[in-house]
Amino acid sequence: MPSSFSSANAQPDLPPELPPVDVLWETVIPAGTHWSGILRRGLALRVIDLEGGANLAAVFHRQEDPLERYNMADTLKAQHTAHLTRGHALYTDMGRVIASITADTLGWHDPLGGVGDAALFARKYGEKRYQAHRNAMIRNGRDSLVLELAKYGLGARDLVANVNFFSKVAVGGDGALEFVPRHSRAGAAFDLRFEMNTLAAFSTAPHPLDPHGEYAPKPVKLVAWRAYSAEGRASADDLCRTACAENERGFINTDRLFA
Amino acid sequence: MPIIESALDARDAHTDFTLPAGEPWLHDLKRGETLRIVDLEGNQAVDTLFYSSADPTERYSAQDTIRAQRNLYLSAGSVLMSNLGAPLLTIVADTCGRHDTLGGACAAESNTVRYALEKRHMHSCRDSYLNALAHCTCGVGALLGKRDIVSNINFFMNVPVTPLGKLTFEDGISAPGKYVEMRAEQDVTVLISNCPQLNNPCNGYNPTPVRLLVWGA
Repeated sequence: MPSSFSSANAQPDLPPELPPVDVLWETVIPAGTHWSGILRRGLALRVIDLEGGANLAAVFHRQEDPLERYNMADTLKAQHTAHLTRGHALYTDMGRVIASITADTLGWHDPLGGVGDAALFARKYGEKRYQAHRNAMIRNGRDSLVLELAKYGLGARDLVANVNFFSKVAVGGDGALEFVPRHSRAGAAFDLRFEMNTLAAFSTAPHPLDPHGEYAPKPVKLVAWRAYSAEGRASADDLCRTACAENERGFINTDRLFA
Repeated sequence: MPIIESALDARDAHTDFTLPAGEPWLHDLKRGETLRIVDLEGNQAVDTLFYSSADPTERYSAQDTIRAQRNLYLSAGSVLMSNLGAPLLTIVADTCGRHDTLGGACAAESNTVRYALEKRHMHSCRDSYLNALAHCTCGVGALLGKRDIVSNINFFMNVPVTPLGKLTFEDGISAPGKYVEMRAEQDVTVLISNCPQLNNPCNGYNPTPVRLLVWGA
């Protein structure tokens, strides 16, 4: 069965804004900082770029067994894609879907670029430490994700290839990578629905390939809402479940975990 | 896709080993040593991970590698980077021209997603990796587990990405006798699975042996 993504990739038929939801809670991750939380199966986050130009580095681990975690390669090859948008599932290394992108106004989120570490941030932006800069200090993406993971007994060993939501790294015909500036505008948003109880760690540090020489991180807003009940599952005709035969099987594997 | 031939003579290699399809290889390389992988019969994916022998929590990172070279594909001149931003190895010769950084390793569980739920029993690269680590009672391998199996290199595998962001698995561009050669920039531990995948063209539907040679520094 051919993947249904080919036409969607060419002509992303995306809404300018997402429909309203019943808000359970909301929070803003200030520019350049980090956040983590447990998001239960059936919960969704509406993730909003408040000012434009945001980058949200993210990794996902299964709460009950964090050895199961988001896997870049399995996500990309199952769906024959090198970018992420509406209809895509984020896979763990155990053949299950940890989260799904059920709505998106943007069309491209970067699964390739990784996070910048202390050396890269110091080279690009210089150092801004707490004593002089208080909470405007510079926190690099890698250390931010590692310290959020550490709150759950995980560490640098558990930091695997991450997703950079709101960023685009274009791939040339020869494999060349190029960061696309001004990709995400103010108000750009996507819905991320959690298909298992998930430990999510986020950093709003700038993308490591962002060529902008000045440190200019942006805030991201999270709005939590319930996509399906705690005992429920994504519907049989769900966009992500039915996007390709691979996802049908990935959702079956995931549903079995909660059967 | 620079094609660079090696000046090294196989008769001078201190290790010369043929690894059958479906089997792993765990081996320590000293700084300055050179590893050559020869695709003996063509179109054979060689799933490969590297760890710093001094501290194996430092390991090959696909994202750091492709970001450092601003390119998805590996070829002669590519520097294989660690998750701490340090060079682990440099590809010094390559007669294939392009190697994959995105496809990762096959696993029983991902095979159920990609092909069919009932394919779970089929042998896979991750099972080979775990088998090698489970049987390793000393050295770096004894410190490693599933937690450390991250996105690997697929030598000789052809996974082009289109400008629209589509990832495709194409017939290999490798051929019998093509090889890739890399020099260790620090002491590294190599973990290879010679891929047993039968469900896609990455091994031409016929997994075959590869030859592994190591020259001293």
